[in-house]
Amino acid sequence: MKKAKNVHSAAAITNRSRRRSMQRYSPLFLLPTVIAFGIGFVWPFVQGIYLSFFRFKTLRFIEFVGFDNYTAAFQDESFLHSFVFTVGFTLVSVLIINLLAFAVALVLTKGIPGSTVFRTVFFMPNLIGGIVLGYIWKMLLDGLIIRFLDSTLALNATYGFWGLVVLLSWQQIGYMMIIYIAGLQNVPVEYIEAAKIDGAGNWQILRHITLPCVMPSVTICTFLTLTNSFKLFDQNLALTGGAPFRRTEMLALNIYQSFYNNVTNMGVGQAKAVIFFLVVVVIALTQLYFTRSKEVQE
Amino acid sequence: MPQPKQHNRTRNVNSLLTVLFIVLSVLWMFPIVLVLINSFKDSGAIALTPFDLPTEQTFVAMQNYITGMNNGNFPFYMSVLYSTLITVLSVALILLCTSMAAWYINRVDTLWCRLIYYLCIFSMVVPFQMVMFTLSKTADNLGLNTPWTIPIIYLGFGAGLAVFLFSGFIKSIPQEIEEAANIDGCNPLQTFFLVDMPVMRSTYISVAILEIMWVWNDYLLPYLVLDRTRFMTIPIHIQFLQGSFGRVDYGATMAMIMMCLLPVVIIYIACQKHIIKGVLSGAVKG
Repeated sequence: MKKAKNVHSAAAITNRSRRRSMQRYSPLFLLPTVIAFGIGFVWPFVQGIYLSFFRFKTLRFIEFVGFDNYTAAFQDESFLHSFVFTVGFTLVSVLIINLLAFAVALVLTKGIPGSTVFRTVFFMPNLIGGIVLGYIWKMLLDGLIIRFLDSTLALNATYGFWGLVVLLSWQQIGYMMIIYIAGLQNVPVEYIEAAKIDGAGNWQILRHITLPCVMPSVTICTFLTLTNSFKLFDQNLALTGGAPFRRTEMLALNIYQSFYNNVTNMGVGQAKAVIFFLVVVVIALTQLYFTRSKEVQE
Repeated sequence: MPQPKQHNRTRNVNSLLTVLFIVLSVLWMFPIVLVLINSFKDSGAIALTPFDLPTEQTFVAMQNYITGMNNGNFPFYMSVLYSTLITVLSVALILLCTSMAAWYINRVDTLWCRLIYYLCIFSMVVPFQMVMFTLSKTADNLGLNTPWTIPIIYLGFGAGLAVFLFSGFIKSIPQEIEEAANIDGCNPLQTFFLVDMPVMRSTYISVAILEIMWVWNDYLLPYLVLDRTRFMTIPIHIQFLQGSFGRVDYGATMAMIMMCLLPVVIIYIACQKHIIKGVLSGAVKG
């Protein structure tokens, strides 16, 4: 690159020369982030894909096995079960969280007294980290289950499933509520007034005016809850840890165990991780498609 | 104006809803109140009667807090210190480096810049499990396994979202003010720090809040990356108290959970508006 002289003389400043003068500063602006990004993301990602085709326990001895790790992953009963468990959990929690969050948001935008306080209270759990959250609910739910159902979270996978749903709902309803409130506040008042004058009932207004207007929020919330539930790890580890017998293990935890729970071949874990990544990419692309198709309409 | 009769009905519905929501709010806070109550009881009482108020026999005053804080060969206050250190360093590093990178990417806009930008967006999609093993090995090899160096890992893995959020705002800054600064003799560094940084204040706050919430609560990344014989963070310590050994001191765990909730609640009440705004801006991530 040639050094441009006189970059500071006012006359010489065109867009292009400004850019060129800026490029001399790239080591300062760009390099720290790029190096860290390389260490923290690009290299581990590439190496991760590479290693999924190898058999290894330490990085000193790796043996190429082609797609064997992937075959092994799909033949692993615990992996398939965690997949089904995760999908079931995701569907249930997405539905519950969004319905409740939307209902709460509807009430809180009506202007009832104390709305701000309620909003503050409902959002609070979102700030608590997954591990702490898991142990709070473990104590509470185990207390209830021991007293009324004569069992524990660690003994019954059904309780574990619903325990996770309750926990995640407690954490995420407030968050989604905030997004729905923001969406509801953008619904033009004139539309609702006009519908009222035309004699529309509350339900009709909700169905034909409010809901179509907050569709962007619905899309955002659905995908946020979808990815959050699908990738759940900390809460799963703390609340059930997969007990009993890996029956409440979700995908992320299953992958973790395939690496760090005395395994003979970590390659299978890495292959599972690649499969997991691909599923998440599909979810993200679907979201992109939905958001784009909305933008066209507007 | 609605008719008087209808008006009356709406008012009744509204007060009914208020009562319902007061009950719901109390229920919503119940788990935290329960932890608070239990943190003053002895371990046996927590396991057997978690919903009872402390009695004379089960009340242990601050004992749980004292044992929790000092117990073991790795005292809890050390974890608090390391968590704070890691969070402050990482967030400061992320804010400074990614805002500069995002600005440069937007203003220079070469092919390389675009490539980096799209890689950043791509990285937001990738789940941590995908790079978990290789990342912790890389960090180990490069000696990035201490609280003073782990911020580099956080900068690397968290760069995507931060660059994306900063870029969104930087696009909206009119370039004319930068050109004016340039004519007045500012070099790009001066332009960035003196002209752009002040304008981006609210974006800095939003990104800072998102990153603080992430780093402070993060469990798996520090668990795998840090040299655990020497360093722990709060989530790792809580998991360690509960999970690792046969005998679990419930009392101490409750007290320590309370210790991590306390600062979160205080900070939340103090800057609620910023937090909610920050979280909303992060909602685009998906």
